[in-house]
Amino acid sequence: MKKVRILIIGFGVIGSGVARVISEKREFIRSKYGIDFKLVGIGEHNGCIVCPNGIDPMRAYELKRESTLNRHPCWKDKMNSIDLIKEANADIVIEATPTNINSGEPGLSHMMTAFNAKKHVVTSNKGPPAVAFQNLRKTAEKNGVQFRFEGSVGGAMPVLNLVRDTLQANEILGIEGILNGTCNYILTRMSTEGLPYEHVLSEAQELGIAEADPTYDVEGIDTACKLVILANAIFGMNVSYKDVDVTGITQITPEALKLASDDGYVIKLIGEIQDKNRPMVAPRLVPKGHPLAVGGTLNVISLRTDLAGEITVTGKGAGAVETSSSILSDLIGICEA
Amino acid sequence: MDLELKDMPGQLVLALQPISEFGGNIVSVIHHRDKKTPRGLIPVQITFEIDEGKLEGLINRMKSDGVTIVQVGEDRLLERVVVILIGHIIHSDIRDTIDRIDSTGYAEVKDLAVSMPGVDQHSAARMVINATGKKEMKKAIQLLRNVAHEKNLLLIEPI
Repeated sequence: MKKVRILIIGFGVIGSGVARVISEKREFIRSKYGIDFKLVGIGEHNGCIVCPNGIDPMRAYELKRESTLNRHPCWKDKMNSIDLIKEANADIVIEATPTNINSGEPGLSHMMTAFNAKKHVVTSNKGPPAVAFQNLRKTAEKNGVQFRFEGSVGGAMPVLNLVRDTLQANEILGIEGILNGTCNYILTRMSTEGLPYEHVLSEAQELGIAEADPTYDVEGIDTACKLVILANAIFGMNVSYKDVDVTGITQITPEALKLASDDGYVIKLIGEIQDKNRPMVAPRLVPKGHPLAVGGTLNVISLRTDLAGEITVTGKGAGAVETSSSILSDLIGICEA
Repeated sequence: MDLELKDMPGQLVLALQPISEFGGNIVSVIHHRDKKTPRGLIPVQITFEIDEGKLEGLINRMKSDGVTIVQVGEDRLLERVVVILIGHIIHSDIRDTIDRIDSTGYAEVKDLAVSMPGVDQHSAARMVINATGKKEMKKAIQLLRNVAHEKNLLLIEPI
């Protein structure tokens, strides 16, 4: 049995969700892959849990749910996550702090510290790979450790690992898809119910599908960040958010959706990179019945390749359990590399 | 294109080969063996797509190969694209928007459906544009992008 010691930095919805899934999947992963993940530290903004003998991940998840993480016997009040990453005897750091697309912090510092401490990094945090991709990649390489971020693009939907592990012999010529579930939900509801944008947005906010400040999603910023990650990781480009042409969905009206529908189209917010050209996010007409015409909160991505032709994957783009699927895939991938 | 071919082996290939050589894409070939002309020739109807500029060269080549061309019917506008516009479409002079496409000579607005929800609200329009070829369509769409930008309209293009 291979013992792999992990740290989780950022114990919010995603971080604690990963802990829960690690606990629930422990036996499955042990028997199928011969790997035993041992959680040895948790980093939060107000302190850390440090426990070289292992933290029960389910217990930590439950404490977090009751907002009593600081009652854990190994809680170290006000301890800094950077110190935890430097000092803890761990193999892999799961970085799950909130996304900041301007500076990438605090995630960026956590990741750089981890690489310099010879620890692999797995993340679903879009900020750091969107603002400092090449720097992160080079630092990881220099230290002989891996940087995996499948969960940062499309939640559960496999894209980066699909390209790296399964489409190895293919050149990827183009990518297009729906990378934001909130926008997809809003446009789908507006289209099927003929409701105005503001009404559907407030409905989405009530359901927890859209944030109180929806700017990040509806203005296409989130989609653009994911495109930046794909451009850098898959096409080897060196682009950042400012290199993307972005138009959001706030101007879409029910009348426009109806006119599109009458001619056999739906309108979707599509992120696109073709032949290493400037990445683009914009509402586009998609023929009904086309593989990209998925509804609800689903994400979908279509890869244009030289050998395999078009490959399309669709799946849930958000949610703690779904994102954990990608994070665990990366964890196991690192252990098996 | 309607042709008349001699009733002997190899004549159809003789007529079709130049089309591919000139970069044309054959859509259909109808060979009317049962409708021989009084001169004993076989009528053949060929439909193909080709760049407009190459058509004349192709016709000359076919004639010099001894193929009888009865008539050439051009359906000039081959490409069709649907776009949606959102914004103050009417007040930003929709006639001018259409004219700018139509005046290119290679593209035209074939159909327009407009929805106006209220006086101060944004209208939406569905526009069908036809163009003579793929390249021409690209140019027409680029032109429309510029017009939309200038008139502060949101242009939604197909994937």
